[in-house]
Amino acid sequence: MRVWIQLMVGFFIANVLGYGGGPSSIPLMYNEIVSHYHWLNDSEFSNMLALGNALPGPIATKIAAFVGYGAGGWVGLFAALAGTILPSAVALILLLKVLHKYRQSPVVKGMSLLVQPVIAIMMAVLTWQMAKNSIAQIGIWQALGIAAVAFWAMQIRKIHPALVIVAAFAYGGIVLSHVV
Amino acid sequence: MEKKQNAYVQLAMAMLRTGILGYGGGPSVMPLFRYEAVTRYKWTDDEEFGEILAIANALPGPIATKMAAYLGYKLKKTSGAVVAVLFHIFPSSIAMIALLSLVTVLSHSKVVIGMIAGVMPVVAVMLGEMAYNFGEKTVKGLGTVFGIAMFAVSFLLLETVHIHPAIVIMIFLAYGSVHFRLAGKRENREKERDVAG
Repeated sequence: MRVWIQLMVGFFIANVLGYGGGPSSIPLMYNEIVSHYHWLNDSEFSNMLALGNALPGPIATKIAAFVGYGAGGWVGLFAALAGTILPSAVALILLLKVLHKYRQSPVVKGMSLLVQPVIAIMMAVLTWQMAKNSIAQIGIWQALGIAAVAFWAMQIRKIHPALVIVAAFAYGGIVLSHVV
Repeated sequence: MEKKQNAYVQLAMAMLRTGILGYGGGPSVMPLFRYEAVTRYKWTDDEEFGEILAIANALPGPIATKMAAYLGYKLKKTSGAVVAVLFHIFPSSIAMIALLSLVTVLSHSKVVIGMIAGVMPVVAVMLGEMAYNFGEKTVKGLGTVFGIAMFAVSFLLLETVHIHPAIVIMIFLAYGSVHFRLAGKRENREKERDVAG
């Protein structure tokens, strides 16, 4: 299969299954990008997610643009973006009248509720995966230390995630470059 | 003064601003969308904006691009939708590619390898936080016991039986579509039993 078709299909599947906006599609995109098509490896995916979160703008399209461009150049970029955006945007415009009637329907509410536990588990598995890789690379004390500081900064001090990511890059560049 | 601008320029400016000022993915950008669409340009009112957001949330897929497409379409049909979406996503897409290409060029440098290693635990914490948020929504919506049962079933299907996530989600969507009806029936039966007993 041509790579642009794979990109379009992969990003279509990952985004059409994510209820609740871009972030809920992250583990589904991981599944397509890393596990299925091997466009990126774990550490590249983590790096992309870090920079993606440090930059403003919607996360799903940033990931699609980067992976699409990397795997298939400009054609790939447009294919991945089309797979991400077009189906749901077109569906919203076409189905607006129909959906208006079902907006409060228990069927729609039940569907968007029951997706949550699956996304939660996929997200937890992805967390575990990243933690395991990080420990393998820089050792358990460095990894746990950075994670603890990041948690304290973001959750307790409510420091902006972009600043925490920049700080982690700085620490890694200065200190961890002697470890890895 | 802004009233004199044509609709395409307004759309482009509004979507450019929401695209480069919003952090944390689509859902967190919705207040910025509301500000542009309701307060600044008066394309729609608060009530309609809320309605559209609710409808857009009923569909899967990224929320910011759905809302951009809708607002563009409302003003200028298909060409408006295209302009709105493009201006919303392009600055951040290009920045992402430029920044990561730079990192790739430098990827043999020890410093860059260290930087990437340093950020991985932070990404793990962010993912963990998202996992917690989705878990919290589950428990709030389904109750503690049923919620935990659903976590267990998801984990079993995904990690032990190794069923493709797409299929697992379809199974949960199928059950979700009848969940409230079944839950309602169960409640009724219990009430009847209480009355009878």
